[in-house]
Amino acid sequence: MSFLELRQVSKVYGQGPTEVHALSDIDLSVEASSLVAVMGPSGSGKSTLLTIAGSLEEPTSGEVLVGGAALSGLSRNDKARLRRRTIGYVFQEFNLLAGLTAVENVSLPLELDGVSARKARLAGMAVLEELALADRASRYPDELSGGERQRVAIARALIGGRQLLLADEPSGALDQANGEGVMRMLLAACKRGVAAVVVTHDAKLASWADRVVFLRDGRIVDQTNPPPSAESLVQSAPQP
Amino acid sequence: MSVRHALLALLSEGPKYGLQLRQEFEERTGDVWPLNVGQVYTTLQRLERDGVVESDDTDDTGPQKCFRITDAGEEELAEWLRTPPDLTAPPRDELVIKVLVSTRLRGVDVHEVIQLHRRYIVELMQQWTSLKEDEGEFDLNLALVVDAELFRLDSVVHWLDAADGRLKRAALEPVGPAATRPRLRRRLAVRR
Repeated sequence: MSFLELRQVSKVYGQGPTEVHALSDIDLSVEASSLVAVMGPSGSGKSTLLTIAGSLEEPTSGEVLVGGAALSGLSRNDKARLRRRTIGYVFQEFNLLAGLTAVENVSLPLELDGVSARKARLAGMAVLEELALADRASRYPDELSGGERQRVAIARALIGGRQLLLADEPSGALDQANGEGVMRMLLAACKRGVAAVVVTHDAKLASWADRVVFLRDGRIVDQTNPPPSAESLVQSAPQP
Repeated sequence: MSVRHALLALLSEGPKYGLQLRQEFEERTGDVWPLNVGQVYTTLQRLERDGVVESDDTDDTGPQKCFRITDAGEEELAEWLRTPPDLTAPPRDELVIKVLVSTRLRGVDVHEVIQLHRRYIVELMQQWTSLKEDEGEFDLNLALVVDAELFRLDSVVHWLDAADGRLKRAALEPVGPAATRPRLRRRLAVRR
């Protein structure tokens, strides 16, 4: 069953002559345990698609379903709870709070959701340990490398068993090795049952996904087919 | 890829048999480039003719013949490693030609052609990435070869993206008459 579903979603900014169609008739469904990449140039509507999928913005028309529930039927409070408990966001700029340590950053979403500070901290440590970051728990963001900061941001996005992960160019500011590390973490989360959407203009990053959807001028124009076996690669490799 | 110099490199580690050379070549390139045994022996014959390798003094060309690199071979190998491959002249890239032709043909949507190739390349990259994830951790040579392939394919996608954008802008602002434009061919010819 798909965990995230967009049905005929459109988004229009402005009115009359200044009207901009950011998204037009988007149909997209993302199963649990799968990683979908949305690829397109800047201005193609990638980020709008992500904010609408994450209930941070409302579509002009169409419907978004998360875990089978239509967002349009939820109250403001219900939506806020969904964002706190079910959806994790990862941005290119990490968005960690500078005054909090790594573990405090990671456990913040649980504390905001009313979980006691002690329990939240324990859960934060557990996620950091899972991501091999336990020894960085009491460091502040400016004491971490770029790669570590993004891994902490992913830990924050995954805490509390969040089931939907939305990432906007998550390895955009990182070098090759750290970018790979970030994608490996996202993939591992998907193997544990998370549904993930990564928007990017980078084909190397998109190539980690189970499925790549191509966005052009606010429309989905194409998507990749399920990959054949690796055997076919060796046969098609350039001959020496 | 130069089989000649790859074989010289393997022989610079010590004398080897033909079959052994083939097996080691495939291992060192992460099993990504299969090499047929005929190709190994033809190349070895040429290397011997050119005096860069020598073999046991027998007429046997079978698997029992052992090959060694000569001093001239070591020199050739050292020079090859430091000689940049010829990247100056633009290659006659089939994909570039397809896109160029698509801009001219009536009834063909060049953006659709671009997308078709973009999807195909991204699908290939997905396969390489998953191969690297599955096996690259245990095989450094494979990881290196796959990285090279991913970077090469990525640059093709970059070009397709740039071409897509350039054609879109050009459709909005048509260029001036041909006579007023400088000739590209003359400028490129300087680099040949």
